[in-house]
Amino acid sequence: MSQQERIKIAKRIAKELPDGASINLGVGIPTLIPDYLGDKKVDLHSENGLLGMGPTPAEEDINMDLISASKKPITMDKGASLFDSADSFVMIRGGHIDVAVMGALQIDQYGEIANWAIPGKDILGVGGAMDLVAGAKRIIIASMHQAKDGTPKLVDKLNFPSSGNGRADMLVTEHAVFKFTANGAELVEQLSDLSIETLKEITGATFTYKDPVKK
Amino acid sequence: MDKLIKRSDLTKYIKDGDTLLVGGFGLSGTPFTLIDELAALDKKNLTVVSNNLGEKDKGLGILLHTGCLKKAVGSYFTSNRDAVKAWSKGELEIELVPQGTLAERIRCGGAGIAGFYTKTAAGTKLAEGKEEKVFDGETYILERAIKGDVSLIKALKADTKGNLIYDHTGRNFNPAMAAAGEIVIAEVDEIVEAGELDPFEITTPHVYVDYLVMNNYVKIGGKYVVPTGAN
Repeated sequence: MSQQERIKIAKRIAKELPDGASINLGVGIPTLIPDYLGDKKVDLHSENGLLGMGPTPAEEDINMDLISASKKPITMDKGASLFDSADSFVMIRGGHIDVAVMGALQIDQYGEIANWAIPGKDILGVGGAMDLVAGAKRIIIASMHQAKDGTPKLVDKLNFPSSGNGRADMLVTEHAVFKFTANGAELVEQLSDLSIETLKEITGATFTYKDPVKK
Repeated sequence: MDKLIKRSDLTKYIKDGDTLLVGGFGLSGTPFTLIDELAALDKKNLTVVSNNLGEKDKGLGILLHTGCLKKAVGSYFTSNRDAVKAWSKGELEIELVPQGTLAERIRCGGAGIAGFYTKTAAGTKLAEGKEEKVFDGETYILERAIKGDVSLIKALKADTKGNLIYDHTGRNFNPAMAAAGEIVIAEVDEIVEAGELDPFEITTPHVYVDYLVMNNYVKIGGKYVVPTGAN
């Protein structure tokens, strides 16, 4: 996937984030989002104990005891606060984080997420993924439309291990925006020139849409 | 300063088969000096509870070369190849726990709470074998508290009574582990007289802390490095 497509996804999700919201950004595409927020100010939550994460510091200001959840050096925005891991997950699990943006290996038509383990591979890492799926008020998935091997990410039924009973509200890929409800996936916006027929072919789940779909 | 001990005293407090709670997230808020000392001791069958086993050859990662570990409990081991290797060879047991559940299990361990119900991981592979209960229409799973025989934690500064303050996100699991260990040893960069720390700043009150050990490392360029000539 090209950097351009990754940026397209990040820009579209940036539009969804309300001014003043507390946001948790996962690894990969979500980390690009802060560059596209324009005039909006959001508070970035880092699960290792910081609300109000700022940009990467200058070389001389690096302190490896001020790091992101991806273990990279960071700074603190004005109004930032520090807390311990138990409190950090009170924020997540207790529903105090407005939006979590994360990647996914698969997502089903109702928004159930698989983003921590690949069948047949050793399962030795979960991090905070399941806590976020269980607790964030709103979950947006940032993902390419298909995996590297061409298989669709949006599927009728997960065959990768589930990350929990929490559901995603929205999926943004380089081609489309889907919303999830108890009735299934709805295509609400197209982000590329693909026809709806082609989109259906490269998507592994049935989805509804209201003609004409917003472009 | 009766809480100050030498790093070489560590051997007196750790027994074979102990469960150790070790602070740190990645390599931040990690008690490097205490880990170095532990690696030099001939302890066996230890269980280490920590978010991750450091990195390859760094932090807790060095314990994978000493044969002292039986089991690791944490949320993320994938980034340390040695941990993955030890597990696949059957040399290390791993209990994988979601990060927030890990923090809360340790917090409960220190708070006199036996367990709790959480939505995290309900309906997943990590819920297998755990009691499920429905509250208000949602499924929760029972998670048990974690307690340690010994907690090895890292703070920035202590006073002579053992009150602790932390450096930014170096706080992470350390305060919860300070309460959840039977014996608690805190590695610190500096010790000041009681009364010199601002009570508003103290994150871990002294009642949780049994012993203090001076950090053998100095921070240069934002990273802890061993001072030249130090052991």
